[in-house]
Amino acid sequence: MSVNPLQNGIHAGRLSEQACDENFGDLHPPLNKHEARVEADRCYFCYDAPCMNACPTEIDIPLFIRQISTDNPLGSAKTIFDQNILGGMCARVCPTETLCEEVCVRETAEGKPVKIGELQRFATDVAMRENAQFYVRAPESGKKIAIIGAGPSGLACAHRLATYGHGVTIFEAREKPGGLNEYGIAAYKSIDGFAASEVAYVLSIGGIEIKHDQRLGDNCHLSQLAKDYDAVFIGAGLGGANALFDDDVTGLDDAIDFISDLRQSDDLSKLPIGRNVVVIGGGMTAIDAAVQAKLLGAEVVTLCYRRGKEAMNASEFEQDLATSKGVSIRHWLQPKSLVADGGKLSAIEMEYTTNVGGKFSGTGEIVILSADQVFSAIGQFFLPSIFDGSDDIPELQSGRIKTDDNCKTSLSNVWAGGDCVAGGDDLTVSAVADGRDAAENIHQTLTGGAA
Amino acid sequence: MADIRNNFAGIKSPNPFWLASAPPTDKEYNVVRAYEAGWGGVVWKTLGEDGPPVVNVNGPRYGAIYGGDRRLLGLNNIELITDRPLQLNLQEIKRVKKSWPDRALIVSLMVPCEEDAWKTILPVVEETEADGIELNFGCPHGMSERGMGAAVGQVPEYIEMVTRWCKQTTSMPVIVKLTPNISDIRRPAEAAKSGGADAVSLINTINSITSVNLDTFSPEPSVDGKGSHGGYCGPAVKPIALSMVSEIARNEDTRGLPISGIGGITTWRDAAEFLALGAGNVQVCTAAMTYGFKIIDELTDGLNNWMDEAGHKTLDDVISRAVPNVTDWQYLNLNYIAKAVIDQDACIKCGRCYIACEDTSHQAITHMFDGERHFEIIDEECVGCNLCVSVCPVENCITMEPMAAGSVDPRTGKKVDPEYANWTQHVNNPSSPNFQSEPAE
Repeated sequence: MSVNPLQNGIHAGRLSEQACDENFGDLHPPLNKHEARVEADRCYFCYDAPCMNACPTEIDIPLFIRQISTDNPLGSAKTIFDQNILGGMCARVCPTETLCEEVCVRETAEGKPVKIGELQRFATDVAMRENAQFYVRAPESGKKIAIIGAGPSGLACAHRLATYGHGVTIFEAREKPGGLNEYGIAAYKSIDGFAASEVAYVLSIGGIEIKHDQRLGDNCHLSQLAKDYDAVFIGAGLGGANALFDDDVTGLDDAIDFISDLRQSDDLSKLPIGRNVVVIGGGMTAIDAAVQAKLLGAEVVTLCYRRGKEAMNASEFEQDLATSKGVSIRHWLQPKSLVADGGKLSAIEMEYTTNVGGKFSGTGEIVILSADQVFSAIGQFFLPSIFDGSDDIPELQSGRIKTDDNCKTSLSNVWAGGDCVAGGDDLTVSAVADGRDAAENIHQTLTGGAA
Repeated sequence: MADIRNNFAGIKSPNPFWLASAPPTDKEYNVVRAYEAGWGGVVWKTLGEDGPPVVNVNGPRYGAIYGGDRRLLGLNNIELITDRPLQLNLQEIKRVKKSWPDRALIVSLMVPCEEDAWKTILPVVEETEADGIELNFGCPHGMSERGMGAAVGQVPEYIEMVTRWCKQTTSMPVIVKLTPNISDIRRPAEAAKSGGADAVSLINTINSITSVNLDTFSPEPSVDGKGSHGGYCGPAVKPIALSMVSEIARNEDTRGLPISGIGGITTWRDAAEFLALGAGNVQVCTAAMTYGFKIIDELTDGLNNWMDEAGHKTLDDVISRAVPNVTDWQYLNLNYIAKAVIDQDACIKCGRCYIACEDTSHQAITHMFDGERHFEIIDEECVGCNLCVSVCPVENCITMEPMAAGSVDPRTGKKVDPEYANWTQHVNNPSSPNFQSEPAE
């Protein structure tokens, strides 16, 4: 079922299945053993290494790279997993160019950092391929912990708690575990069902049960969980997406839903996409949606952001990736109104913007972009409705859950981490750090022992 | 262009780069290719006595150690002398020499340590009109078990005896190739000179096992699960060879004896260093075996350009220039005081200098300043050891700066003395006329 790629409207089959498969192959083909050793040799084994300090999970990067260079990939993987049990996914999705690799001394020296992310993937791939298990569950402690959400923070928390012998039950709203790793990342960053394999690898420690179709504030409630369990960890993520327009028009879609549908699709050539696609937003979600729209066969994909390049949340690497795939990025444009024809989107009116002396405003000048599909990617927000039906709810701050340095909320036995807490950077790797640190504090609190 | 023509012990070649006696010089085909590529001379792979040739192992002959990206740093071999019939080699040598009269062609020889054996082979070699012979007293593997090669080179009396036999029998220049597998390289060199040698060449290869296969527990290279020590060569041995060359060059008893420098020469710079330390020319093997004969272009061009830039017109302007600067430790100037200086603009903040100094040396480098990673020398602690320079990945980021005479060394609180003073005069040295039983510091 193929259609003429130049046909207006939203249609599946703009590209053949084979062309889609090629387009959505691995973004970075994995390093082979020799490539990994050569790259690992570039690492200077810095003292008090800047990369390590830039990593939210504080992986001992010089050590794991040295272990690769000495042909000890399993030792390397353990160094990574000790700090970050989702090190495999982080190796694929971390914006390393703004974290470890940005501060690599070889970036300072020659503008070419050691490829830390690709090396991390090499080591963790070896361990997962060999199903090497580094952690043994301690004897049953008798303590029970409930975790809300099987995303990065929930899984990291669950794994660390399980190693201490605690019993963990994860309450997950969706059909599959993994959270944004499963539903929210561009497909070419996590191919071949990697997110699911990683979850299985994490769960193999034992002592972790996942209950699906459990929606907090709907069919399960925080107050009850806090009573039934010794501790609760909330890693619920952000449930709400900001809306662009209230219009009920075919072709106006949420980028998050698009990315999620795409990840769950078995045959990408069956996924409908517009001919002229406009994406509104400047973050990673916007980039992921725009690039994937292009790879699905959209003829013209334009990403519009209301401020300049330097203000975009998407890293420079991601911006370059988008333009290399044929996405046109336009700055200083904000959406004004939609143009529909018979209930179907045909164009979007954009207004030029300016920022003079710190004062941001529209200039009144308009440009009309043809659009049979518009994706909105203008940010997400925390949905406090997850606390519906609960007596005690944790204190919020800036619209998200307030936590202390130990990821503890204002409630006595409730911890939280990841995107749903205030003050974070909305990165997978930071969510993992939260989950891990919360687990340590929960363990300490429940056992009174040292972490 | 500088003149890089070479005259080594009367043997002339258009440049000072010879291929050492080794697999690359085993037969006419290879040697002609080498001459075509531009090599100045060749030492033909060692001939043995007439009769059934030696046999080589039919499994691996080489083992290697690597740097990053599998850059070959050291090579080990267990190949013996030529395994081709003597007559065939002699015919080829004669033919090649005739076709390439301007190139040096030296024949390496190794026969049993008996006068008759040497006096039998020399006339047939001379008949080829080769330019000279090199006595292989160096091979450390295989042949040494049969009383030849390094087994001779490790006994100065044998070296002298065999050299004398050769000099009595032939008019060809005699070069004696020395083994480094000995405690003092000056003794065999002296013995060669006493025997009448026209020159020495060194170093031959070093006894070595490159690695162990940790699955089979066999040394590498492994022949059916067993390994034997082989001869180590390549860039890794260059410092050992440089030192041995310099010892012979500055030794009173061997001074002036021509030296053909061998050992890990890979670039023109390596060659220039050997020349400066007293070698009259150089022999190359591992670099050719790694990259092929074409490296001769880089070797000759690089040497030429450097000589032009430095104003050296001929090789004689370079040869032995560094020899007077090689001395014994006891004569080093103890009043020379240097401190490391880190160029903050060049520093990439890897911290390697810091941790090397902190963990293993003198705690003379800072790590933090105002909450920032910042690496700077603490002059009060710095002994000028040069470890930080050695481990810094950025060239010229850390330099050793001598302190001016008269300034105060913050480490000792003493003024830098402008006068030269060495250990032989030091107050702490019991053998010194200035010895004080109560140490000054």
